[in-house]
Amino acid sequence: MNSGSVNYKVAAILALALGALVYISPLLLPADFPLPSFLQRDPIHLGLDLRGGTHLLFTVDVDAAVLNSVARTGEDLQRQLKEEKIDATLVPDGVDLMLRAATPEAFEKARDLLPARLPTFDVRSKGADALLLTPSRAEVDQLKRLAIDQSLETIRNRIDQFGVSEPSIQRQGETEVVVQLPGVQDPQRAKDLIGRTAVLEFRLVAEGAGADDAQTVAAAAPLPGAPREYKLEKKVLMTGGAVADARVRPGTQMEGPYVELTLNDGGAQDFDRVTGDSVGRNLAIVLDGKVFSAPNIRERISGGKASITGNFDIKEARDLAIVLRAGALPAPIHIVEERTVGPSLGRDSIRQGMLSLAVGGLLVVVFMAWYYRAAGLVADAALVLNVIFLVALLGLIGATLTLPGIAGIVLTLGMAVDANVLINERVREELRAGRSPRAALEVGYDRAWAAIRDSNITTFVSGLILFQFGSGPVKGFAVTLCVGILTTVFTAVFATRTWYELRLSRGGLRTVSV
Amino acid sequence: MQQTWPFRQLLPDGLNLDFVGKRHFFLILSTVLNLLAVGLFFVRPLNYGVDFTGGTAIRMRFSETTTANTLRKELDPLELRDLTVQDFGDRGREFLIRFEITEGAEMSSVAETLGTLFKETHGESKFEILSVESVGPKVGEGLRRQGFLAVAVATLFMGIYIAFRFDLSFGLGAVVALVHDVMIAAGALMLTQLTFDLTTLAALLTVVGFSVHDTIIVSDRVRENLKRYPKEGLAAVINRSINETLSRTLLTTGTALFVLIALYLLGGKGLEPFAFTLLVGFITGTYSSVYIAGPVVLFWSGDKRSSARA
Repeated sequence: MNSGSVNYKVAAILALALGALVYISPLLLPADFPLPSFLQRDPIHLGLDLRGGTHLLFTVDVDAAVLNSVARTGEDLQRQLKEEKIDATLVPDGVDLMLRAATPEAFEKARDLLPARLPTFDVRSKGADALLLTPSRAEVDQLKRLAIDQSLETIRNRIDQFGVSEPSIQRQGETEVVVQLPGVQDPQRAKDLIGRTAVLEFRLVAEGAGADDAQTVAAAAPLPGAPREYKLEKKVLMTGGAVADARVRPGTQMEGPYVELTLNDGGAQDFDRVTGDSVGRNLAIVLDGKVFSAPNIRERISGGKASITGNFDIKEARDLAIVLRAGALPAPIHIVEERTVGPSLGRDSIRQGMLSLAVGGLLVVVFMAWYYRAAGLVADAALVLNVIFLVALLGLIGATLTLPGIAGIVLTLGMAVDANVLINERVREELRAGRSPRAALEVGYDRAWAAIRDSNITTFVSGLILFQFGSGPVKGFAVTLCVGILTTVFTAVFATRTWYELRLSRGGLRTVSV
Repeated sequence: MQQTWPFRQLLPDGLNLDFVGKRHFFLILSTVLNLLAVGLFFVRPLNYGVDFTGGTAIRMRFSETTTANTLRKELDPLELRDLTVQDFGDRGREFLIRFEITEGAEMSSVAETLGTLFKETHGESKFEILSVESVGPKVGEGLRRQGFLAVAVATLFMGIYIAFRFDLSFGLGAVVALVHDVMIAAGALMLTQLTFDLTTLAALLTVVGFSVHDTIIVSDRVRENLKRYPKEGLAAVINRSINETLSRTLLTTGTALFVLIALYLLGGKGLEPFAFTLLVGFITGTYSSVYIAGPVVLFWSGDKRSSARA
């Protein structure tokens, strides 16, 4: 072994160890210790189970999104048919649209026209007077993807305005969205805020001839004396898309706070026209299928402002303003999993985790030193390095430390010395066989390596499987296990070997105590 | 040359215990234990946590001592489905309240209702909701299926890896040993009725990884000894290899047990099933690599050296 290369190795290990130690030093120093600016205060990210907070898993009802979209296409098409004077009616049929023509001419016209108008639909004849319009597979997939992307965007917008520090909003699997809100102990409000579809519609209250084709819609929170339900025209005059901004206004003592909508340019024009056309009638403001208010239109409103009143308290009004600003969800979403951890449990977990780490680690260190003496101390030093590297590496790759993750560190401590045990037992055998310390060490390390490699690969793979399968805290454990194997091989094998090489190169190693 | 003789030793030099000769006894013992675990599955199945069954689990701490029965009575008016109240230690102050989610009801508005109820019966700030976990029934079902699949895939992979690195018979021995360990650990969980949740499952998967660890060490030595002692029979070589690696096996399991006992005793209630599973699994993992994996190789190869490629 040439001593030059050993010196490089020693320098590299020491430099890495120093770097890692500096990186994790904020964990060891008191919280108010002045840190240089290049150091992060929290070098490692704590999971919700340790810092407290709420974890929510939503599924996006993508099928409903597809249905909605197809229904909208149907409405558009119906309008076009009317303009082209084609006498046919469109009705949704599952995810398909069924077109029934009143006359053979209308049927032929529709059949010729439709493929060009609806390139993403397959058109098939059903009998002599009907056409079945089926959205293509690609279109359905596209719609689903869009629904998820839009939901993510909307949820992100809403949470940003909710004011949580370091929220995490991520897609999981095909149709799920994971929302993590550190520090949030009252998930109900967050859930209401995120889960609200927030589909806003402006519709006229039906009267006279229109009343036949009306739809009954319940009132949201009827004030005393106000109607409990309304008959509304089916036609939607404006939607939430027309809203540019929404703000809470204090309102009168009686009415309480209300939400003032500022409409965008198109919305303002529409509102101007709608109110101009319907002076004297009542315009209902419908949110998620509930009528919030149905004020009488006294005059044309051209300022591009509208308001929603509804017996709110200030919190409700604020949340309503948030969802209106952030936009509607393209499809309903449902909560399928919720986990909330309070701050005291998180603190307890950290304390208990650290305690078991300290006690378990100490037992191992003392035992190794007692059993192997000097070689045990070398293994112990490697163990300390191991923990430093492990924590630093977890921080650097942006892993999240969870309670099972801490357990993973503890377990790594217990299993890391396995490599040293294997090596030391081998070295002993070789020494017994009469080899010199130098030869015994070399042969010992070489022979032990195959077993160390194979056994660590299998544990690594079970960690990968765990990562693939697990969620949240379990993923944290899997990551710790895998990173722990890397640092173990580095410290328990490479670093200790380098130590012996250094001793040998200096000629200081006459005896090996293992 | 100066040596610091003697080494501190766990086992005397030249130890040659007859593991292989007693294999029939231990194979029968293990088979019986495994059958017991299977039987237990029908009588006293795993105590699945909400991760796998769906439902809500609320961990609470009260500032004054109370009992599970009292709490159950207090919760009566809420008419919660399949309500269980479990004393979670801390001298009668911590409890785990579990119930099914009623169809259609908002998932955790119940937790809120519960808070209001306890405010009345125990008074404000006399209790604290430590954690709430709510999992929809479909999610739970999916997780359970995936979980068992993960354990099966891991076990199979270990077998294939060992068959590839050593020999088919070693792979087979490893798989039998792994199935054995997982069954015993699961049996112990059924017996103690500790909560089987995602974290416990993670422990079970780790047992798979660790148990194979030991099997590899023994197999590695068998391979080496087959070359070194060409005249010995397979049974003798396996027995010699087990003896030679025994002190390492005991030392490694020992240090792992140190930290696991620390984790079990000090890690808190949340990690208890996790640490317990690992404890049982590591012990059976060590046992099985000595008494199961080797004998299965022998059984498969019929003590002929030719089939165990060196």
